[in-house]
Amino acid sequence: MSQKVLLNEKEVNIILHRLACQLIEKHNDFSNTILIGLQPRGKHLADRLLQILQSDYNIFDTQVGYLDITFYRDDFRRSNKVLEASETQMDFIVEGKNVVFIDDVLYTGRSIRAALTAIQSYGRPKSIELLILIDRRFSRHLPIQPDYRGRQVDAIDEEKVIVNWKETQGEDTVYLIKQ
Amino acid sequence: MSTLSVEHLLGIKHLTKEDIHLIFETADHFKQVINRPIKKVPSLRDITIANLFFENSTRTKLSFEIAQKRLSADVINFSAGQSSLKKGETLIDTVNNILSMKVDMVVMRHPKPGAAEFLMQHVDAKIINAGDGAHEHPTQALLDTYSIREKLGHVEGKKVVIVGDILHSRVALSNIFALQLLGAKVKVCGPKSLIPKYIHELGVEVETNLKKALQWSDVANMLRVQNERMEVSYFPSTREYTQQYGVTKALLDELDKSIIIMHPGPINRGVEITSDVADSNQAIILDQVENGVAIRMAVTYLLASKIKS
Repeated sequence: MSQKVLLNEKEVNIILHRLACQLIEKHNDFSNTILIGLQPRGKHLADRLLQILQSDYNIFDTQVGYLDITFYRDDFRRSNKVLEASETQMDFIVEGKNVVFIDDVLYTGRSIRAALTAIQSYGRPKSIELLILIDRRFSRHLPIQPDYRGRQVDAIDEEKVIVNWKETQGEDTVYLIKQ
Repeated sequence: MSTLSVEHLLGIKHLTKEDIHLIFETADHFKQVINRPIKKVPSLRDITIANLFFENSTRTKLSFEIAQKRLSADVINFSAGQSSLKKGETLIDTVNNILSMKVDMVVMRHPKPGAAEFLMQHVDAKIINAGDGAHEHPTQALLDTYSIREKLGHVEGKKVVIVGDILHSRVALSNIFALQLLGAKVKVCGPKSLIPKYIHELGVEVETNLKKALQWSDVANMLRVQNERMEVSYFPSTREYTQQYGVTKALLDELDKSIIIMHPGPINRGVEITSDVADSNQAIILDQVENGVAIRMAVTYLLASKIKS
């Protein structure tokens, strides 16, 4: 097994600021926008973007939610991995809002498909966009593409992309791991 | 998340402490789901579940059915009253006929103890015991302990008294197993004629004085007097039972603390508990019903994940 650093702390930081700016460009003051981190890994990215929006751009009114998609997945009983649910924190209705899904890695697109189903439980959003830190292209099973993309990587199926966050692993680094 | 150590839910006796915690944690997520505007998840859309009730039930049957529907499973219902059992068909034949319709899971209530285990040995489906005679009623015990955990933070170290007809009660037996597994202290209280002879072997103390039992406890689980299971009289009259073992508001006010009152339903108002107790803030009877749906969703979901696709 070998691992390669895809993005170091400085690069992650630059990308997060760029993504935050792209969000502002599109959503202005976020008055009708809800950022939704997909549990479990998208939560950290959503929190980080929120922090940048607040500290660097004085945007304080952004609504943020965390959506767990475990019970909406289509691989229930099909994978040996036991699906672990995380907490959903959605204290609002998304009816008529512009929703931005936030996740760390986009791979097959199945999590996003599940999220598209799950979000219906909270109303009918006006629009849904997708923000991704790492886009593994050529590996999609479904016609799903990000609207905001941190970095695109070409990784084969045997490789894994791991995103570490300061809050949980003590460093902001993205690794490509070869099995 | 780990997985359950069992393939079927026949009784609490077969579960580990870790199993119960896993069921509770899963139920926490489902409780959130059933309090949303849209109370449904699509997890079990390719699973078919048969609810076989060979004995009357309203609450348990409805609770299972709504839990299954909230998980998007297909559900078929069967009640003994309208069945071919009356035409002489055996249990296994009845169930195998139903399984031929490609059913993945069976929820069964049956008047005979051990019926669920018997079924498990003879048919190829996941079995959930929804009550077998006076033996076990695992989902009731799970929802009762879950409700205690919700109200008091945890079950460990809490003192629970189970009051009433212990002899005929599957709820009592499953509750004793679950409470002990989770580290609670358990006493039973009732007329001696309604307390099983060998109850001490379960490590349960017997108290025949209701006031003393309540004073000792944090939680009192009031059981219904099961007149339908009694072939002979176990106490002189309902009035006398109520005087000695019925909980009234006055009795609760005499205690120097506020205890929690539970009841698995259906309540005989004015027999086990008076109306003012049943409707008071101390009673969590309706919370138990709500938690029952979340618990049954959790059990169904966790067992369904073991069905091979």
